[in-house]
Amino acid sequence: MKLEIRGLTKRFGDFVANDHIDLTIEPGEIHCLLGENGAGKSTLMNMLYGLLDPSEGEVLIDEVPRSFATPGDAIAAGIGMVHQHFMLVPVFTVAENVMLGDESVRGGVFLNRGQATERVRALSQQYGLKVDPEALVEHLPVGVQQRVEIIKALSHNAKVLILDEPTAVLTPQEIEELMQIMRELRDQGTSIIFITHKLREVKAVGDRISVIRRGRVVGTADPSTSEAELAEMMVGRSVKLVVDKEPSTRRDTVLQVEHLTVTDPRGHQVVKDIGFEVRAGEVLGVAGVQGNGQTELVKALIGLIRPDTGVISLDGNDISGHGPRRSLEAGVGYIPEDRSHDGNVGSFSVRENLILDLYRDDRFARGMALRLDDIATNAQERIEEFDIRTESDQTPVSALSGGNQQKVVVAREFSRPLKLLVASQPTRGVDVGSIEFIHRRIIAERDRGTAVVIVSTELDEIYALSDRIAVMYDGRIVGTVTPDIPREQIGLLMAGATDTGEERV
Amino acid sequence: MTAAAITEEGTVDIRDRADVVRQIRQLVVFAIVAVLTLVFWLSTEDAVIPYRLGEGEDVSTFDGAVALVLCFLLALVALGLAAVNRVPRGWAGTLIYLAVGLAFVLSFLIWSYGDQMTETPTALLNPLPGTVRLSTPLILGAMAGCLCERAGVINLAIEGQMLVGAYFAALAATVVSSATFGLVGGLVAGVALSVLLGFFALRYQMNQVVLGVVLIALATGLTDFLLSQLPRELNEPEILQRIAIPVLSDIPLLGPTLFDQNLLVYLMYVAVAGSTLLLFETRWGLRVRAVGEHPKAADTVGIKVNRLRWQAVLLGGAMAGLGGAYFTVGSTGSFDSNASAGNGFIALAAVIMGRWHPIGATLSACLFGFCFTLQAQLAFLDKIPGELLRASPYLVTLIAVAGFVGRVRPPAADGEPYVKG
Repeated sequence: MKLEIRGLTKRFGDFVANDHIDLTIEPGEIHCLLGENGAGKSTLMNMLYGLLDPSEGEVLIDEVPRSFATPGDAIAAGIGMVHQHFMLVPVFTVAENVMLGDESVRGGVFLNRGQATERVRALSQQYGLKVDPEALVEHLPVGVQQRVEIIKALSHNAKVLILDEPTAVLTPQEIEELMQIMRELRDQGTSIIFITHKLREVKAVGDRISVIRRGRVVGTADPSTSEAELAEMMVGRSVKLVVDKEPSTRRDTVLQVEHLTVTDPRGHQVVKDIGFEVRAGEVLGVAGVQGNGQTELVKALIGLIRPDTGVISLDGNDISGHGPRRSLEAGVGYIPEDRSHDGNVGSFSVRENLILDLYRDDRFARGMALRLDDIATNAQERIEEFDIRTESDQTPVSALSGGNQQKVVVAREFSRPLKLLVASQPTRGVDVGSIEFIHRRIIAERDRGTAVVIVSTELDEIYALSDRIAVMYDGRIVGTVTPDIPREQIGLLMAGATDTGEERV
Repeated sequence: MTAAAITEEGTVDIRDRADVVRQIRQLVVFAIVAVLTLVFWLSTEDAVIPYRLGEGEDVSTFDGAVALVLCFLLALVALGLAAVNRVPRGWAGTLIYLAVGLAFVLSFLIWSYGDQMTETPTALLNPLPGTVRLSTPLILGAMAGCLCERAGVINLAIEGQMLVGAYFAALAATVVSSATFGLVGGLVAGVALSVLLGFFALRYQMNQVVLGVVLIALATGLTDFLLSQLPRELNEPEILQRIAIPVLSDIPLLGPTLFDQNLLVYLMYVAVAGSTLLLFETRWGLRVRAVGEHPKAADTVGIKVNRLRWQAVLLGGAMAGLGGAYFTVGSTGSFDSNASAGNGFIALAAVIMGRWHPIGATLSACLFGFCFTLQAQLAFLDKIPGELLRASPYLVTLIAVAGFVGRVRPPAADGEPYVKG
């Protein structure tokens, strides 16, 4: 099936999310759609899948113009989509999820689970997608859930499969398996639209690459194009892909964690007897697939959760379980993993967000009153220093782009003296320019003698920043390694293998 | 309490807090039961109790002396199992809970009916047929709750649907002079209130909790108004007669309990079986549950989310309306102000206690029905203050929910309006 997009445009008010996009997906090719967060990739795909109405333009399938009012229409036309956030019902079995919307029935009404199970088995065999049709989806690891999504699309007879940022939640091994699956699908005649912002993956699996920037297709390339060139097309200027940094000069231990055990609100142990130390002037990267206890570890470090057992000592003083205020006053800086939820108050102005955890500071308050002039001056300085792109310091922070929102958080946390910086997913959903900037600032902070803990699910980020890497799996640190170790080894650790013979440091 | 222990390899082996909480809960519940059964045993001198299996039957006697001891021992064994954290999970655990519950009820009954010093002691009447009758409106209400909430719509207005169901059942039955036609009236009234629920919750995405409260107020006001304005003659319905099903009703104990009831009770059986089948074995049910758990996932495979929610809400309204009919044509006849008397809320509790499953909700509703039946009987004995007796169903709810149910998980999208895009 040949899919052609002609002049597809989507406007939200004055904002043009997609500006006359032309694309052709040939039968049996893996077509990569490369672009930064917010470039308009998802908008385009949502139009293709009937979730959004295009403002202009048309979609042709095998030279015939088609329009999709609902996802049902798109499915009927042979388009399947694996969403970034899976569209699976967690409490259903694999077979139930796959048949949903197109159920196998007996007598017109009663579910025929046996037939659905067989259908999943057949598809899973044909394309080498290993999965147990009778397992509950919520019990499956993320990588397998993704396979279920692919099977679901295939069972609806998808001829064009859209994969929206499919690798964001996977371990390196799972990414390799997914690419194998993509090649298998292509060889059996399914076209794939692969949406990503990761250059390495585009080069590894793509047949053709279209680059989208600010809602426009800015060019096409083939996989032999160098990463630097692709990055330049994607961002619009030349980009430094590596962070310049000197080897760390390790000094005294700042953070010492011993036998830390944390229980989540549902009563399950999620951090299990963890111990590590971070020295002044050192970056410890905590790698791992999302949901292996990193979130709770971070919350315990800054005092948002009281640990069950263990000691978190900062310069020799135990700060565990005393609440975030005590931690902040002791010199802990915190960049939370979800800036819109924990990092900023969206409806507050940039100016206010810049003093969100400093309002008690003598610089900004006198007794019960705020020093509004000083707060305004501070905002001007920070906006300049951190290159925060905003109309004014009175703009609500929710009106800023993701990268600039994150810069507000970073600017705030860096505007007081730190002993320890805890940064969780510091560049998630942030454009390449801001990533560069934030990374440089973190390294600068390290060089000033701050101990830094970076928690990230992006291995690239871990490699770029860390002096040592601790890998978390199932609530434990399964290995601590140096960044010269190959990605595959870290991948194995992330999947829980501990017998890789890695050198402990 | 320290839950940590260092094992030989030096790794810390720590119990999940969920597991600890489970054990504490078991310890508390089993200890309470053990103490109570011990008290019942020790304070009962004459454990010979009179009972009757059915309304027309002769009084027999039963010597409960041994049973009292056994009940206490059973509770003690369960307590011991909980103390060493060896209470099994799954069906075996459920069996233990059930046995302890029965032990409690049995020893409580023996204590209540024992030591009667009068010439003509009050006999314990088999509470099971009454339980089925009193549970009927609760179960139908609970089915309404299950259907709506599985589809992702919180239906707080069950109480209101029952109330209008009760009133219009009486009205319809009076006008047509047919108790059976009254059921139709109740059903239609329940659906009508559901239309309002669907209209505001689905069309205008109003907060469903507030909406439920408003609809209950509306139903109360409306029925009271009609009751005071329409002539009395319109509120004198016939009552549904008992229909003994041949052969089946002759089964000892089970027959009179299940198969010598009125039409509404039989409809309740159909509703329970139907809801279960519908939700878990049909295409419609799979879609309804998908819509209640992850509406966007349903939408992306071409399922019309709000259409399904409408269907579930209307069907639920029909069941709650039928349940309401119990309070008029199903039992006493004419409609009194606030006839449903909080049954809708208890039905809601049954939904939660039954974990949003029709069978679970039915069993929970039966537990409440059982409490109501016993309470009515025990009022004739003067052993327990009447106020405490009237509170007993709610106390039982509290203990049952806190002790046995544990953490329950409602449908993930329960109460969340679905907006496309």
